[in-house]
Amino acid sequence: MIVVELRKLVRRPRTWVSIALLCGLPTLVAVFLATTRIGPGPGEQPAFLAAVLSNGALFPAAALAIVLPLFLPVSVAVIAGDAVAGEASSGMLRYLLVRPVGRTRLLVAKLIALATYTLGAVLLVAGTAYVVGVLLFPAVPGEAISTSISGVPLTTGEFVARIAGAVGYVAVSMLGVGAIALFLSTLTDSPLSAALGALAALVASQVLVALGAAGSVSPYLPTRYWLAWIDLFRDPIPWRDVERGLAIQAVYVVVFLAAAWANFATKDVKT
Amino acid sequence: MITTTGLTKRYGRVLAVDGVDLDVGEGDRYGLLGPNGSGKTTLIRLLLGLVYATSGEITLLGKPMPRQLKAVLPEVGTLVEGPAAYGHLSGRANLGLVDASGPGGRRRTRRARIDEALERVGLGGVDRRPVKAYSLGMRQRLGLAAALLRAPRLLVLDEPTNGLDPRGINEFRELLTELNRAGTTLLVSSHLLSEVDQLCTRVGVMDRGRLVVQDDLDALRTPTGRIEVHTPDVDRAIALLDGRVDVREADRLLVRHADAAELNAELVAAGIRVGEIRAQRHTLEEVVLAATTGSADRVDRS
Repeated sequence: MIVVELRKLVRRPRTWVSIALLCGLPTLVAVFLATTRIGPGPGEQPAFLAAVLSNGALFPAAALAIVLPLFLPVSVAVIAGDAVAGEASSGMLRYLLVRPVGRTRLLVAKLIALATYTLGAVLLVAGTAYVVGVLLFPAVPGEAISTSISGVPLTTGEFVARIAGAVGYVAVSMLGVGAIALFLSTLTDSPLSAALGALAALVASQVLVALGAAGSVSPYLPTRYWLAWIDLFRDPIPWRDVERGLAIQAVYVVVFLAAAWANFATKDVKT
Repeated sequence: MITTTGLTKRYGRVLAVDGVDLDVGEGDRYGLLGPNGSGKTTLIRLLLGLVYATSGEITLLGKPMPRQLKAVLPEVGTLVEGPAAYGHLSGRANLGLVDASGPGGRRRTRRARIDEALERVGLGGVDRRPVKAYSLGMRQRLGLAAALLRAPRLLVLDEPTNGLDPRGINEFRELLTELNRAGTTLLVSSHLLSEVDQLCTRVGVMDRGRLVVQDDLDALRTPTGRIEVHTPDVDRAIALLDGRVDVREADRLLVRHADAAELNAELVAAGIRVGEIRAQRHTLEEVVLAATTGSADRVDRS
């Protein structure tokens, strides 16, 4: 079933359109930046963009910062919201269940396909961004191709490891949204409602994180530690926020998956 | 093959299926009739484990459902409430995906089985067009092909001829009859009486969630106690049968009499020529209309 889900994902035009859009936005930013050379001031969002002007190899990190706040969660929410509700609205859900595919198994296969999509999308974004960055901006040659935010030079090996860490962290950060969308997807037969519901949760979380008065709940919000991967480029790496971020995502995934499973396993399938 | 006892499904305050004791024997061609909204589809969903019963027992192929769902369903082919497919994929790709999703579909024989199923339903020459470009009839055929993919022992078909033209309906009927002769049990739900009349050997009628009639079709078509006689000598026949003729339409008479052969002898003895004579029987339509109360899609003032 897992193989089937992955095949469905790969053969779906929408998968590739969304990935093309995800890779397209940073590329567009890079083109503007390379032609105008007007970079954001240091410390402004998105992170790393100012540094890219002098070192193109940093662009993968900047690209992650560009797609992270909106593009990436939107595409993950759309794919996850479609997981069960999409099968229900097309009528395929009943044929899968009488095939028979166990309900738990179907849900697990959907989750694995979702995780694969997320990781693949983030990897492709970083990959295209590296190519674009090296082509459009001056790349610093030699061993110390990059410096950390703290100013200490990094070797190529260290830099690649930190980019890989950032890719992994961003992908994991998306799983919380994915789990919420997957849960909503088992509640409704409309893929759109499920995706929008998850996005609503996300926007609410981002508003509360930015609100000082909501400081008491902000450590428990899914988007609170989304930017913690930037810490991976400091030297030495402050692990605290990264660890908390991973833990929060794990809690969201476990809670919403359990809810999705409990709902779906006992649900009357009427579509 | 299928037995249910006291099967009940309640949605909130509505009893969609109410104490149904369904009994489908091995090799039956069972027709499930009933007005729209009488619970046919919910009953089928209950049988297949899509919807969970409020109370009652289901046995499919000798095993309890939905507990033994994994062992039972690979041997069941289904078409529930219209066919479904991934619109952006071809028919073949759709069949391949569904077959690969569950147990009992060997990978090595998959391509051959898909070709055979498509051939059977009349889609043997189908190209790589995506399903979204298919007509309603083609989708219906594809749905049946999916149901036939693993040579099921039991076929559960909900409104199988939806969207087919008269020739397609005829083809489907012949295909289903052929499958049944080869040993496949059929459970077909329909609101089309003629479809069930021509295909099935056994009939169940649902009304407001209850199974109000369940019998062999021949047993339901009971004699009405009248004999239909066609004769060119109408006036003489009426004179002879004085008072026993209920209806007269041109050369056709309906006579109250228990036995066609005896009536025939009586008429011939009197020198009356008989063109055609047979016992009038209740039609399936009369049985169904007498047993059911009305369509759930009709809303009357109360």
